Parts: sequence; structure tokens; C-alpha cells
Amino acid sequence: MKRLEGIPITTNLYQAIIQEKNEIIKSSLGIDFLKYKFDQIGFNYDQMMNHYSYSIDKIRDIQNSNKVGNTPLVEMKNINKLISKISKKGYGAKIFIKDEACNPSGSFKDRRASLSIHQAKEKGYEGVVCATSGNFGAAVASQAAMHGLKAIIIQEVFDSNKVGQPEILEKSRACASYGAEVIQLTVGPELFFTFLSTLKETGYFNASLYSPLSIAGVETLGYEIAEECQTRFNQFPDAVIVTNAGGGNVTGTARGLIKAGASNTQVIGASVDLKGLHMASDQDFNRKSFTTGHTGFGIPFSINPDRVDVPFSAARPLRYLDRYVLISQGEVFYTTEMLAQLEGMERGPAGNTSLTAAISLAKEMRSDQIIVVQETEYTGAGKHPTAQLTFAKENGVKIMRGNPENNIPGENIIIPENISQLSIKDVDLDYLRGSFINFKVNNKMDKVELTDSEIKFLSDETKWSIDRVKTFLF
Amino acid sequence: MKAIKGDWVEIEKVILEADERVAKLPEDTKIVPLISYVQGFLEKSSNVGDEASIISVIGRRHIGTLVNRKPKFTHHYGQPIQELLTIGRELNAILHEETGGDSHND
Repeated sequence: MKRLEGIPITTNLYQAIIQEKNEIIKSSLGIDFLKYKFDQIGFNYDQMMNHYSYSIDKIRDIQNSNKVGNTPLVEMKNINKLISKISKKGYGAKIFIKDEACNPSGSFKDRRASLSIHQAKEKGYEGVVCATSGNFGAAVASQAAMHGLKAIIIQEVFDSNKVGQPEILEKSRACASYGAEVIQLTVGPELFFTFLSTLKETGYFNASLYSPLSIAGVETLGYEIAEECQTRFNQFPDAVIVTNAGGGNVTGTARGLIKAGASNTQVIGASVDLKGLHMASDQDFNRKSFTTGHTGFGIPFSINPDRVDVPFSAARPLRYLDRYVLISQGEVFYTTEMLAQLEGMERGPAGNTSLTAAISLAKEMRSDQIIVVQETEYTGAGKHPTAQLTFAKENGVKIMRGNPENNIPGENIIIPENISQLSIKDVDLDYLRGSFINFKVNNKMDKVELTDSEIKFLSDETKWSIDRVKTFLF
Repeated sequence: MKAIKGDWVEIEKVILEADERVAKLPEDTKIVPLISYVQGFLEKSSNVGDEASIISVIGRRHIGTLVNRKPKFTHHYGQPIQELLTIGRELNAILHEETGGDSHND
């Protein structure tokens, strides 16, 4: 296979495109991010989030008129009965699920896409481009279809042998079904290069997963949860569990909860533990059975959120997380069966990550407390436990019943033998906060001491007090 | 295989050769090129393996090597997974067992 004439992409061109990054982002999003930067490492997050000045009511109007949001909050009646049977007396919180699969393209990502597409339409762009691992692409394509905009979805799909996981192939199909052009790439972070080149070439709007629009769109999810719990149960939820990957789901949901007044609700992130698998590895690519909602995104995006397609990511999970827990792949498949066969809801599997964690958490919490699992996602050919596990077996991953504590990502998937084996592992959030600060400080251009404003910035970013940040630094 | 003008086809193109890729990559990724695949309507009848030009569903032109005429969806539901098949029955057994006084919240 040779590079064809007429498309002379060279390393120099690669670097040239990357150097043009800020200009391309500015014209494709209409935000000059650098205006929010201060000193060496600081940027004004709140001002950036208010850049487009959409109120929560306005966002709800936009979403409602595009078939997004107001999804049902449903009680897990049989799962809750089961939890009460395996919990200590007086324990076993009630779990409710926000059935986000009811959004038009089948996931909460419709919320995330809706404002970008609205903005693109208002500003007269001909089309939109996004880079995504999947559900977001379908959401962008679906919203673009409603507005008559063209959509280009750039997706990492195949290993070097052109083998793709069924879950990703299904997401490609979904994007195409809404009329999008899908550019399928092999493994590698240079997807970003293709993304920038495409923005430059087309002049389309940048439907970034990490722009303020994308995060503001998720705020309605937290807001609806708080509002509905208040109306139905006369209280805010005690905890909301959010699947964590790039941090946008956590950030948007938490901001919505706070806007609705539910500031005391615990925000708990949950990810599938894929420790040991390298996300940019061609060979590891098809040895994982989850393509999102896992630690390969969750951990690095917490420590360095600004690794995305905008200079400052609007997704900043460490600002909002009260707790962060991990579960294993096999436990999610087990829970997916539980949701289908006890509650009659065939969803997921990736969207059931937070439900899996919720079952363990419910056992720790009192029986009069309420946990909300804030998402589900659609399922279908490719995006189903049978598809993912058949593929895993074909790739030499062992599938077995047993104790999920013995799981080794990429080598085996252990389906629990009993509901009591579902458990969570806590991630040390203070370790992530320290790593975040170290990353920021080590990337400073010179050795001049941090300003007071920068220390305040680090405190806001980590939920640490100013004193604690200073103690850590000096 | 011959593809006719107007056929829905798939093309492949090298975006970056292995030696043009970014420096910080795992060894196994570093040795392979970054490739893209796009589907569209073929502009001129061609054989698989030829350089070909397509128009995507949104009307953009892409040029690359023709690799597939009328590409299929290859993903499916897989096969029933024995390790999952009894979970519903097991959980229902716990749910409906006589609990005596064990259930605290009913």
C-alpha cells in the first residue's frame, strides 16, 4: 500500500497543522480560549463556561425542541429487593436509573451534542466535525440530521489488521445511519491530526466533546435528577453515580446538581478498570471489551484534562468528584444481565458501568437513602454482552465464572458467581489531585514562583484548600 | 474485482507512514502506518487495488486505494454466552426465596 499522489501529508505538514491548532480551534468554535488564560498555568474556568451565556432554562428549551432530555427516572424495584436481602439490617439504599437510552440516538451524549449543533446552525456553519470513540458521534450525527447540517465523524476503529471491536463497528454504523460521513482510523493519537485537517479543509463547526457547550448540555441531566427527586421524594439524592471517561459526564452532571441546589449530593465517578492495557497500543486495542467508561480515559483525563481537542477542556472531573470507584469488566456484564432479567430493561453494556458500582455502594448506604445512576445507553448488534464476549473469546481472552477480584484485563473476564461478589475499588482521589498539580507545575515554561491567582486556581481545580495546595507544593 | 461507477465502495489511504508518526507511541503502534477508511460512491469504474475517487454521503471527494465494493457490516450479536445464561435464574432464585425475617426493607 502506498501513499497516493495528491495527498502529500508529511511529518512537516503534521507539525504545521498542529502548530495551527489554536487558530483552527478558534475559527471552528468561535472561542478564543487564550483570552481565559492567566499567568503561566492558570485559566479562568468560570468565565470560560459562561462564554456562550446559555441559562439552564434556555438549554432545556433547546434540548426539548430537539427531542433531548426529560428522560424517565425509574426505580430498580427488583434489584433493590435483592440488595436489601444481601445488606446488613438498616442498609441497602434505593437505586433509581435515569433512562438516558430514551434520547433520540440512545445515550446521554445527545445532551452533549445538542448545544453544539444549535450553535453551529445559528452561526451559519454548513456542517460539523467531531472526533469520538462512539456514542457522541451518533449524537452529533443525529442532532445534525435534525438541523439539516452535514456531519463528519472521525473515529478510531481498527487495529493494523483492520479488525475492529463489534461495539465500535456498531457505533460507526449508527453514525452512518444518521447520514454522517464516517472517517474510520487505525489506532493512534494522531486522530487529532486528521480532526484538525478536516476542520481546516471544510471550515465546519468543531463539535468538540470538551467545549463549554458540550459540558453545559450535560448540566440538564444533573438538574433534572435533582428536580425530580425533590418533587417525588421531597429530598435530593444522597449520591449520584456517573460513569467517568473523559470527565464531561461527571462535570456536567455535578454542575447541574449544584445549579438545582443539590450541593450536598455526593458525586461518585465509576470506571471499568483496564489497568495494564495501553490505550495507544495496536495489540492491546482489541483486548479490551469496553471502549469507553474505563480507566484508560478516566485516570489520565483527571490528571491532565487539557489533552483534548480544545486548549482548555471544559470537563474537569477533579473539581467535582467526591469519590471515584472502579469495577471490573465481568461485573458490568453480570449487571447488564441483571438489569435485563430482573428489571426488563435491555441496555448497555458500557452504560451500565455506574449501575454496577451502585449495587456495591447501595450496600454501604442506609435503606432510607437514594442513589441515582445517571445513565443507560441503547444496545444492539455489536453493542451487546454476547457480541463483546464472543469477540473477546475469539481474541484469546478467557471468559469464566468466578471471583472478579482475580480478573486481569486483556487476559480474562470473570463473571461473578454471586451478586455478593460485586465490589468496588476506591481510587485515591488525593493522589490524582497531587498528580494533577505536579503535571501543571512541571509543565511551566520557567521557574518563576506561582502567583496567588495560580495557587487559587490549583485549589479550585483540586477541591483542596489553599493551605493544602501550598503544603503540597512547598 | 471490478467496481462500477456509482457503486458504494470503501477506500483506504495512508495518513502517516510508520516513520512519520508521533514519537511517543508504544512499539507495536510505531511500526505500522496510520490508515483511514472512508466509504462513498465511486466516481469512475475501477478495480479493487486501484487508485480511486469517491464522493461521500455528504458530497465530499476522497481519493485512496479501492479496497471494497459494496462493503458489508461485519458486526453481529456473536453467540449466546454460556457464562451469562444462568444469571437471570440465579438472581430470581434469591429474589423469590422465602426470606423469613431476612428482608429488611420490604
